[in-house]
Amino acid sequence: MSEYLTVSNISKSFGSFQALKEASFSVNEGELVCILGPSGCGKTTLLRVIAGLEEQSSGEIVQKGVTISNLPPDQRDFGIVFQSYALFPNLTIKKNIIFGLQTRKQSSEIIENRLNELLSLIGLESHKNKYPAQLSGGEQQRVALARALAPSPGLLLLDEPLSALDAKVRQFLRLEIKSLQKKLGVTTIMVTHDQEEALSMADRIILMNKGVIEQIGTPQELYSKPDTSFTADFIGKTNLISAKKVSENKIKMLGQEFDCSEPLMSEEIIVAIRPEDIKISKQESDPNIIQGRVLEIEFLGSYSIGQVEVQHSDQKEILICHLPIDNNEQSSIAKNSQISFSLNPNSLKIVSS
Amino acid sequence: MKKSKDDYLTVFFIGIAATYILVSLALPMYAILSKSIENKDGIFIGLENYKYYFSNPSLFYSIYNSLYVSIITTIISVSLSFMFAFALTRSCMVAKPFFRSIAMIPILLPSLLAGIALIYLFGNQGIFKELLMGRSIYGPIGIIMAEVFYTFPHALLIIITALSIADARLYEAATVLRAGPIKTFFTVTIPSAKYGLMSACFVVFTLVITDFGIPKVVGGQYNVLAIDVYKQVIGQQNFEMGAVVSVVLLIPAMLAFVVDRIVQKKQVSILTARSVVYQPKKNKVLDTIMLAYCTIISLCILTVVGMCLYASLIKFWPYNLTLSLKNYQFDLMDGGGWDSYYNSIKMASYAALFGTIIVFTTAYFVEKARSFKSARTMMHLLSMMPMAIPGMVLGLAYIFFF
Repeated sequence: MSEYLTVSNISKSFGSFQALKEASFSVNEGELVCILGPSGCGKTTLLRVIAGLEEQSSGEIVQKGVTISNLPPDQRDFGIVFQSYALFPNLTIKKNIIFGLQTRKQSSEIIENRLNELLSLIGLESHKNKYPAQLSGGEQQRVALARALAPSPGLLLLDEPLSALDAKVRQFLRLEIKSLQKKLGVTTIMVTHDQEEALSMADRIILMNKGVIEQIGTPQELYSKPDTSFTADFIGKTNLISAKKVSENKIKMLGQEFDCSEPLMSEEIIVAIRPEDIKISKQESDPNIIQGRVLEIEFLGSYSIGQVEVQHSDQKEILICHLPIDNNEQSSIAKNSQISFSLNPNSLKIVSS
Repeated sequence: MKKSKDDYLTVFFIGIAATYILVSLALPMYAILSKSIENKDGIFIGLENYKYYFSNPSLFYSIYNSLYVSIITTIISVSLSFMFAFALTRSCMVAKPFFRSIAMIPILLPSLLAGIALIYLFGNQGIFKELLMGRSIYGPIGIIMAEVFYTFPHALLIIITALSIADARLYEAATVLRAGPIKTFFTVTIPSAKYGLMSACFVVFTLVITDFGIPKVVGGQYNVLAIDVYKQVIGQQNFEMGAVVSVVLLIPAMLAFVVDRIVQKKQVSILTARSVVYQPKKNKVLDTIMLAYCTIISLCILTVVGMCLYASLIKFWPYNLTLSLKNYQFDLMDGGGWDSYYNSIKMASYAALFGTIIVFTTAYFVEKARSFKSARTMMHLLSMMPMAIPGMVLGLAYIFFF
């Protein structure tokens, strides 16, 4: 796969506030990349810089070998879907979709063909003479997508495209956008604050925090190999516990020593443990056994989430863990019961703060 | 459903407000309607008065005149204020607050002041008389010029509001879809300000058609409806015919008002929670043009106001141009002098005080109460009515009723 878009050292300041700090990444041709992060992390600013709607303070963007970072938005090759779509409310669906074709002075024959193609792609043929306000949120979203795609741009930018929709429509459109993107093969960058959305849709995720790119990787990589405590905490649920290095493969935390299979770089470390990696121990021979008292149990159907209090010296630490549900063996684990569980050495992830 | 304490309170206050409106508005208006179908002795004569009115060409002609000046004024005033509002909201021109304040001056002045100033400027002894190239200021030209001056800030306020709630993302969408400035203007700017523009048109139209001061001062022989009411009632003591003209005058004003209400209702909220407020970007050419435009308009306004100030300080226009404060010795005038000045202030203060109390209480219960939807809608409609009724028609109605 070839690199389609290369973003190098993009910084952006609004007055004294630095929204983006030295952001660098690249996107391959045909890839769907999600820029993920909490609100205010600079993800939308980054997208707007790529679109040329915001001018970077420094840095360079190269699209298909051409430096575009100093071009105005109307000379760049992309289509964009804005948060809550920004369809022209006074134009019909048809006119909205062909807007970008008309401004490019296409012949009416080409426009007509492209319009029909797009309408059937988004399945809204019968709505073409309606106005945006007459459509549901999901339909408007698809019109916005068709409008962005109409001029056949090389790059598609999506700014929180699903955030204005209710949960069910959102889930459906996630799959639809992804399959559409794969079908058309258009290189896509999507901004979202919803980690579930990013995990389910993205080929790769660019995780941002406070204007800095924290980690780039596939959804699986980000989940199973978080580099930082932020990544571990933002993607999925996690327990973050501070620990000390004892020897090459031993750490001390929660008042006792544990085996750890990851290399230990410093004396003071942070360990991330996923709730599902905390397993109830049944045998004495299990590694890394630790005792705790169950404070709360939250029943979630196929499993429960338990809050387990671990006491060591005069400190208390609460761990979140998944408790299995055994329907035959009723309430094997009760509130306030003392349990022992095992932490697999492979599941102890060392992250930087 | 059990009625709560709140509900009783609502009924009570809406009742009071309804009674007030009934007595102060609905019944007098009914009086004027019935007066218009009676003869001098108070006997019912059907539409005779109307027949007489419409068969009288000079009276009938004033309908045409009224419509003519109102429509022309509306077109000019709304276009000028649209440009001005555009400069204030969509350019990076300097001194925006300054220009805005200048433009607002006419709202503080009585309508006929513009008429007086125009006479000083363009009248038979006026300093700019030549600019009219032989045409007289007394007549439609003067009325329209003065009305534009008078209605400009009203239209401007509405259009500024309409233009300042633009959604920046629509502009961005237009930009990234490669629309030029003209296409953007017609696909984004105009449609999003559409309802504001319509509203401004109706307000200006209603203001002009119901205005009496300006046509009285610079109208000359040019009759309009508002003048007719005055002439019939004060001049000829012909109250019945005055009532007829009032009713005729009400029709276009009410029509404009009703259409405006319908349009307002249709307006879907353009600005959603997700909209981003539009921030104008620097554009040298546009900013310079807008600055020049605003300067010209502001100069015009200042000239009119300045002329009045100047004239008020002059001993005897245009023969003795020495400055003096003699004209401010109101005691020397007939018609009350300072007394009428104090009366005006007293009236205005009372109206401001009681008006605010009544309006606030009514508005609170109309908007905040949860129950009695139909009653509240009726109230809302009734309380908006005076906007469409010329002050003089209401005054006449009071004479009949009380």
